[in-house]
Amino acid sequence: MTSSYRAVTLPIKLTVNGKEYQSSVEVRKTLADFLRDELGLTGTHLGCEHGVCGACTILFNGDAVRSCLMLAVQADGANLTTVEGLAQEEELHPLQQAFQENHALQCGFCTPGMLMTAYAFLQDTPSPTEEQVKEGISGNICRCTGYAPIIQAILQTSKEPPVRKAGE
Amino acid sequence: MKPAKFEYFAPTSLAEALELLHEHGDDAKVLAGGQSLMPMINMRLARPKVVADINRIPDLDYISPTPDGGLAIGALTRQRSVEKSTDVKARIPVLAAAMPSIGHFQIRNRGTVGGSISHADPSAELPALCFALDGEFVLSSASNQRVLKPVDFFISHLTTALEPGELLTEIRLPARALAPSEEWRWGFQEVCRRQGDFAMVGAVSLLKLDGGGICQSACITMFGVAGTPVRIRRAEEALLGSRVNGSVLQDVSRIVSEELDPDSDIHASSAYRKEIGGVIARRTLEAAIDRRNGDETA
Repeated sequence: MTSSYRAVTLPIKLTVNGKEYQSSVEVRKTLADFLRDELGLTGTHLGCEHGVCGACTILFNGDAVRSCLMLAVQADGANLTTVEGLAQEEELHPLQQAFQENHALQCGFCTPGMLMTAYAFLQDTPSPTEEQVKEGISGNICRCTGYAPIIQAILQTSKEPPVRKAGE
Repeated sequence: MKPAKFEYFAPTSLAEALELLHEHGDDAKVLAGGQSLMPMINMRLARPKVVADINRIPDLDYISPTPDGGLAIGALTRQRSVEKSTDVKARIPVLAAAMPSIGHFQIRNRGTVGGSISHADPSAELPALCFALDGEFVLSSASNQRVLKPVDFFISHLTTALEPGELLTEIRLPARALAPSEEWRWGFQEVCRRQGDFAMVGAVSLLKLDGGGICQSACITMFGVAGTPVRIRRAEEALLGSRVNGSVLQDVSRIVSEELDPDSDIHASSAYRKEIGGVIARRTLEAAIDRRNGDETA
């Protein structure tokens, strides 16, 4: 994609969780819908679809972003990680393990976004205080847990040996 | 909650983008970080015929120190880059200190400086900071370039002086205090229900005191209280030439409350905004007195 486009549908090429995909997408399709509907990666959840709830958080070239606030065409050439990229085969990612151990999810709807946010947060802030964790997840809404177990799970993960990179 | 149809363009140079905006005029919306435009498009509150995605233009993303000690910031610079920039921290610490108040880090990873300013939400932080710092905006079009002060740029709620075909390309912020005698002190505070929410009221204060603690210059800018950021001149005048102490600050706090004429909305009543506006203006001044420019810990 090097010049202007005019078409309603455009070809894109991107990497998601280490796997390359090529597709043709309608320009108005959001990245979140593309991941779910075209690639079948339904771990990325859609709550509010206007950037408030955080359920659709993914990593875009390593940065945590709201995938509902991007167009799929904008991901051409990008490297994405979704919640499906965290676990290796049957082995949970340490964050997922900590969420399970701390009962940091109930209905599970917010969990993919929480995990991706927590993952990016810990990359940036490997040894956070509780206050920093609270601020770090402030962009993700959970209506079940009351947040306390989520904060515990993230703090527990931060005290473990260095976290393996997702998608590797 | 799905976007209506639009034509999509992703220009790869500024010249190409400006040509595109010239051609499509009012029909085109510029897509920068997408943190304001995409929610509106998703909810179909905005139904642009043409979306001009400027994210593939390479030379609009920079933070450049200027010879006068200030900064020139490319419009496509992500808010997260400003937050982490050592140049910003060293030269305009109030800007660095205020950045974490903009949304959440996921928002700031995408959200751009130019996007927030062009969107002109009255409760947004960046417009108020540029207003307080008396910056300059460079507006480019296919045939022209002009430079506007924030006071001339922000017209009202979500409305700016940007003409169809124009793109905000650079934000220039002047030096704040290099010579010790020119030392500006600063304070920033906003009130919102939850971390990352839009401010119900916000304040940016800049203060210059002489060796004896007498106020030489003062700038009190409030946001979230009118269609644009506003300076409270009468409160600034009350500070000038006086020794800034508790009773002066009480007066200033009262004056700020009196001068504000905010609307009521679902987030807060007008009376609440007036009351709390005076309180946080005072707190930003107290913070300014305790803190010199470049000293973040005070």
